[in-house]
Amino acid sequence: MAEFLRANEAKLLDRWYEIVFSTVRGRSAADDLRAELADLYGLIVRVMSGTDESAFGELRAALAELSRSRARSGFSPSETAVAVFGLKDAVYEVVADAAEMVHEYLTFARMIDDLGLSTFEAYAAAREEIITQQAEAMLELSTPVVRLWDGIIAVPLVGTLDSARTQLVMEKMLDALVTTEARHAVIDITGVPTVDTEVAQHLLKTVMAARLLGAQCTICGIRPQIAHTIVSLGIEFGDITTKATLADALAHALHGAGLKVGPA
Amino acid sequence: MERVPILRIGPTLFVSIQIDLQDQSVLQLQEDLADQLVATRATGVIIDITAVEIVDSFIGRMLATIGSISRLFDAETVLVGMRPAVAITLVELGLSLDTVRTALNAEQGLRLLNGSS
Repeated sequence: MAEFLRANEAKLLDRWYEIVFSTVRGRSAADDLRAELADLYGLIVRVMSGTDESAFGELRAALAELSRSRARSGFSPSETAVAVFGLKDAVYEVVADAAEMVHEYLTFARMIDDLGLSTFEAYAAAREEIITQQAEAMLELSTPVVRLWDGIIAVPLVGTLDSARTQLVMEKMLDALVTTEARHAVIDITGVPTVDTEVAQHLLKTVMAARLLGAQCTICGIRPQIAHTIVSLGIEFGDITTKATLADALAHALHGAGLKVGPA
Repeated sequence: MERVPILRIGPTLFVSIQIDLQDQSVLQLQEDLADQLVATRATGVIIDITAVEIVDSFIGRMLATIGSISRLFDAETVLVGMRPAVAITLVELGLSLDTVRTALNAEQGLRLLNGSS
């Protein structure tokens, strides 16, 4: 088979390139694609000749790299798989009328299938990685700590509060309290869709931790429906100050800091 | 065993914990502090735990006890310089340290004592 592949290299490579190029539709530069396929072809020939021990590992690595880059540039799974399976079609077109090649072709086809599977696995792993990265980025983005005034910081919370996020919010807020030497923190929960006992528990913990550092916490932005839920669930916020809006909370914090804002 | 020094600044006793707290040294500190409170008739205690990186439930409870003891001598305790990680640990342990007041740093702690006394 290796002999055959080597002898028909130009023809097979052209056909393979055609098949793959039709699926790529200009998202990958023609020259790059051609070079990519030529590299893979060389590696496959080396694997098929059976003399080169390291060739198989190299081939897998090259394919994994290819699927990773495809996954990043938004190719669909089947478009990625075609890059490998295309070669099978190209070879089949040539060996179709040579009966003595059937057995070798089947071995070859099985190898290509294996490669296709590993390509797909690498593709899925790359996608998985992207999703994890995005989730982390979102977690970072969704918990800003802003400085409202000298000694007053605010933490606008957007999205659902789970344990992991509360932990992050708590850490970021406490760090900000220490670095800015702020004595007031305002937690704005306007963007929190639901407040259940667990979320309330998380909020209480955050406030307690802030108190241990010597800072006062005000919770604001409780929407009417949420206020209703909180009361229905029997959640007690104890002696924690709650205000309707961020403006009220800021006014409260300013008052606590002995400041007053009036008309200029 | 290392002892934690207690400094007197005016009507305030200043305790800066710079060592890794062992249970024994905390107990010793409690005794020393009670003695000093009686001897100096101080009205405030500032405990600086900026250098403390690890607390356990025992030490957390002892800090609260120090607050209660000081109160018996009519002195107010302010815990200053707590690290975020320590605060989170104490909250997770369920200790809210109701008997002591807290401040971000020694300066604010002093202001708190002077403002209230």
